[in-house]
Amino acid sequence: MQITISENGILHIGENKMFYPILTTMSQWLIPLFLLFVFLHAYWKKVKVYDAFIEGAGEGFWMALKILPYVVGIYVAISLFRESGALIALGKIFAPFLGLLGVPEEILPLALVRPLSGPAALGLTLEILERFGPDSFIGRLATTLDGSTDTTFYIIAVYFASVGVKRPRYSIPVGLIADTAGLLAAIFICHRVFG
Amino acid sequence: MNWIFGFLIISGILFAVFNGKIGEVTSIIINATSDGVLRTFNLIGILTLWLGVAKIAEKSGLLKTFTRILEPLVRPLFPDIPRGHPALGAILMNFSANLFGFGSAATPFGLKAMQELQKINPYKDTASASMCTFLAINTSSITLIPTTIIAIRAEAGSSDPAEVIGTILFATGFSTLAAVVADYYFRKRYSAYR
Repeated sequence: MQITISENGILHIGENKMFYPILTTMSQWLIPLFLLFVFLHAYWKKVKVYDAFIEGAGEGFWMALKILPYVVGIYVAISLFRESGALIALGKIFAPFLGLLGVPEEILPLALVRPLSGPAALGLTLEILERFGPDSFIGRLATTLDGSTDTTFYIIAVYFASVGVKRPRYSIPVGLIADTAGLLAAIFICHRVFG
Repeated sequence: MNWIFGFLIISGILFAVFNGKIGEVTSIIINATSDGVLRTFNLIGILTLWLGVAKIAEKSGLLKTFTRILEPLVRPLFPDIPRGHPALGAILMNFSANLFGFGSAATPFGLKAMQELQKINPYKDTASASMCTFLAINTSSITLIPTTIIAIRAEAGSSDPAEVIGTILFATGFSTLAAVVADYYFRKRYSAYR
């Protein structure tokens, strides 16, 4: 089977545009197959599956409780920052710089929120899709941006908190560098492919 | 983190004053707290399920086999983790879940990985080099199948919802590369000072 990336950036496997259906099917099958495999393998190895499940599952609740203060703190800070209009104001400050790179102003709040909150970023992406349509340049750039990085600060805060690490050392600068690189790469590739 | 948290709250309140939204601040805060609690409580079920399944895979030896096969791929990134240590298994499961777009399974294995890494961390209140590397790669998100993005594009009526897969792959690859390089640089600099 031939796998190529065509000029307009679409991944092709074999027949034209087969990727989407294959993808959907694949993601539908993977988790059930993985679970089936784990259980069959466990039976083969004579593991008491229910006892083992309960033993591991018991940790889940406490893990969630441990991260609760951090999640609530970040949620309060982000929604205050966003809904007060501070986010848009900050976006306006950076807008001229991004204008030089040929980036629409509306992308900025998304780029700023993406490292902090996944749901907030998704909300902004949905707004952009609604206003400009998914096949507009800004719609494609927004979805590329949203899909290409993760919630850096949220993950760093929550993951370190879950084990009681107080000093994240250089994690935050590294995350910032990676996010900036991802943003620039998204802008570059979207101009090249969808320009 | 202290700086960012303070900045978000202070500027948020100041802007609410300027924009005449001061009356809404309280309700914004209260809504946000319940959103945060809901998010965490939704996570409880997923955490419980996947940690249970992970325990089965651990006891059956499946996790060990999986780790042994894939270990060479990530070995150079984590020189501090002893060979065959369960931390590597959890890290690999987290990366795999992210790669295939299963964010829900990624978090439990990610938190599990942090627990295992903490066991071999000599300074318990300080991030170890392996933790920093793990989070650098994790937060730059290596995704092969961006399921959520494709779903929202499809829902918004895109003529080709999956057309951004190529561009996402490029951007995420580049940011992960930048993360690994930056992490390597800082790791060397920090160990020189220690």
